Amino acid sequence: MDVGVVGYGVYIPRYRIRVEEIAKVWGDDPESVKRGLLIEEKSVPAPDEDTATIAVEAARNALKQTGIDPHDIEAIYVGSESHPYAVKPTATIVAEAIEATPDLTAADYEFACKAGTVGIQTCMGAVEAGMIKYGMAIGSDTAQSAPGDALEYTAAAGGCAFIVGRNGSKTLAAIEDTYSYTTDTPDFWRREMRSYPKHGGRFTGKPGYFKHVLAAANGLLRKLQLTPQDFAYVVFHQPNGKFPLLAAKELGFSKEQVAPGLLVSKIGNTYSGSTMIGLAAVLDQAKPEERILAVSYGSGAGSDAFSIIVRDGIESKRDAAPKVLDYVGQRVIIDYATYAKFKKLLVK
Amino acid sequence: MAVPRFWREIPNRYNLVGARCGNCNKVLFPPRYICPFCRRMGKLEPYRLKRRGKVLTYTVVHAAANGFEDQAPYVLAIVELEDGPRLTAQVTDCNTDEIKIGDEVEIVFRRMGEDGQDGVIYYGFKARRV
Amino acid sequence: MRDVAVIGVGLTKFGELWDVSFRQMMMEAGARAIEDAGIDGKQIDAMYVGNMSSGQFIRQEHISSIVADHAGLVPIPSTRVEGACASGGLALRQAVIAVASGIHDIIVAGGIEKMTDVLTGQATGALATAADQEWEVFVGATFPGLYALMARRHMYEFGTTEEQMAMVAVKNHHNACFNTCAQYKTEITVEDVLKSPVVTSPIKLLDCSPITDGAACVILAPAEKARKFTDTPIVVTGTGQASDTISLHGRSSLTSIRATTEAAQTAYKMARVKPDDIDLVEVHDCFTIAEIMAIEDLGFCKKGEGGKMTEQGETAIGGRIPVNTSGGLKGKGHPVGATGIAQAVEIVQQLRGEAGKRQSDGAEVGLTHNVGGSGGTAVVHVLRRGD
Repeated sequence: MDVGVVGYGVYIPRYRIRVEEIAKVWGDDPESVKRGLLIEEKSVPAPDEDTATIAVEAARNALKQTGIDPHDIEAIYVGSESHPYAVKPTATIVAEAIEATPDLTAADYEFACKAGTVGIQTCMGAVEAGMIKYGMAIGSDTAQSAPGDALEYTAAAGGCAFIVGRNGSKTLAAIEDTYSYTTDTPDFWRREMRSYPKHGGRFTGKPGYFKHVLAAANGLLRKLQLTPQDFAYVVFHQPNGKFPLLAAKELGFSKEQVAPGLLVSKIGNTYSGSTMIGLAAVLDQAKPEERILAVSYGSGAGSDAFSIIVRDGIESKRDAAPKVLDYVGQRVIIDYATYAKFKKLLVK
Repeated sequence: MAVPRFWREIPNRYNLVGARCGNCNKVLFPPRYICPFCRRMGKLEPYRLKRRGKVLTYTVVHAAANGFEDQAPYVLAIVELEDGPRLTAQVTDCNTDEIKIGDEVEIVFRRMGEDGQDGVIYYGFKARRV
Repeated sequence: MRDVAVIGVGLTKFGELWDVSFRQMMMEAGARAIEDAGIDGKQIDAMYVGNMSSGQFIRQEHISSIVADHAGLVPIPSTRVEGACASGGLALRQAVIAVASGIHDIIVAGGIEKMTDVLTGQATGALATAADQEWEVFVGATFPGLYALMARRHMYEFGTTEEQMAMVAVKNHHNACFNTCAQYKTEITVEDVLKSPVVTSPIKLLDCSPITDGAACVILAPAEKARKFTDTPIVVTGTGQASDTISLHGRSSLTSIRATTEAAQTAYKMARVKPDDIDLVEVHDCFTIAEIMAIEDLGFCKKGEGGKMTEQGETAIGGRIPVNTSGGLKGKGHPVGATGIAQAVEIVQQLRGEAGKRQSDGAEVGLTHNVGGSGGTAVVHVLRRGD
């Protein structure tokens, strides 16, 4: 394939709620939670933020990096589990807000936490086929979790946009290839018109996350005839801090390869933004010629694996927009009452 | 706000598209149909304003406007944009004791409200301190 | 253009008048004015009625017809005039111009607002339609919020304090104690104001004029015929009106209402007076900061010194230039459309020497100042004791 990443941008809301604060409300032991999930705090969207506003800021940051004319973006896909509308795409709101309209195609994706990476694959195909010049794929979420559910510690908010185009002077990384592994596995779902998802507890582990992530990773490695040692970094979908470490170990990657792309302990699980934000964090520091393996996971279930090689010129391009760690570091701690008000659990 | 009324203003609300008069070169926002300085001699063309400005004055609103109750108390300010025009905007992500006259702000894309739970969601601009 | 005089005035009580309807209020005010003028209803040639928002408050438009109908005065020409909170002042000006032009002789200028039938939230929403719906209200501005933005900048540029603003409220409440029609007849202290809940900083609850029902009415006649009806004709020697941008952010100043200055200049020129010649004024104190800006914009002190002028007692009854002897919008109440007319009623009573304990001794020339919205409209009248 001859496609690459032209630019990427991230946005993470600044509010954070700590594990201790949530545990206090429900009578959990915070140390147990932190040990079990390897998470300290998660991001919380402000009352005037949603998946669309997060997607727009991420998209605008991606454009800052590239300097391309937004009208040359001929496809926009937004993947999320928390689209503001059930019917009316987030993608058109983003398209309008980055002034890419009207000569483009757009649509929303849903595939749990991998709805964003699916968009990347679609853009890759369209660019490779010569159908579009540039495509933008966004993964953005303001994840909902039922009060008192274990997911409340991790369900966070954030988004990431990737612009895909043909390899050339405009690309900062080449996408070598992609491979997906998909089955019908109901490990985590949300029914139409219900507020909160349900999940299969421990079933989400081996039959869910690990089966698909490991299969997708191994599938891509096989396809490309590569081993973990050929990669400088690996990024996984991050529902908690433990799963990515276990997956890395299982596949033969080291802790050092996983660490730079592992952000969940500081921002929580940003769902459709998760893998893409991890990948962006790696790209924020990677050097030319370094290879990155990124493996997303979406419940339901499936996993998209990408092999990415960083190109020359990335250093100057990535300085044009805020970095992932800039957003991670910008934090305002809130208490549970404020959290409940922000999430509209308490409405006047 | 009625759907067509909101829809017409999307470029202005999402992207700060105002107007520039080809005759006197003044930048106008919100958009107008006649240059107030040149009137019939004016030649208005769309112009996208830069999303930076500074706070000229502010208030902390406790008795909220309709649709903003969940955010009270919130900061409301008049911002002078880099391109010249002034606009009124909520300053988001800002503690009520943190705002000062002279603060530099950027204009960001946020949710403005909705027409009830079943209605359209309004998006638009707010200010955020840099 | 001939001179115009006020030959009769009347107003209802101002307050939360649960038992009284819109139609009843207008008739009450009108009847008192007609009696005060000593005329017969049949002598009235036309009427102008100021009203901001009957559509939003009582779901009724076409006020002009309602008032003429219920006054038993059809088929005389009747016109409803709207300019947000300046509706009353605008109605007065239209009536003055009509008499001055010679097209009519005796004209009723009335103002009325029935605000308390709806919930407070609906009332404040209706008042907010005086602001820019697209670019102020939609983005979270409230009507008090706009004045608060002006107050904050005024404090920043001139050092005006919240205490000085509070003193406006204290003075106006004090004056209202002597006004039988006023909504509030209790004294308050500066501390009361400062401790009252913050509505939108720095404006607190007691910095704000209330929501009020009320109606007011004046009867105008050509000055040359006025003595047929009254021994104390009060001549309208100057009238001025000006417009400005609807939105505060569109104005040339954030600390001054240019429409006030423009309207005042026109009125002063027409009346051949200067600010120094004015003995007392009724200004538009929808919020305490508005009075401070008004006395500056009308030329009674230098820009920025309105707070100090108030603090030094110059605007109290007996001061250098008494402001809002009626109690102002703050103490008397602010039935929006009626306010501009009620201001004229106060000045007329003062110039006639009929203001009782509120009387400013020896007053010869008075001024009324009525503003629409955050300053999109202003109308000023100068009145003088007739010969």
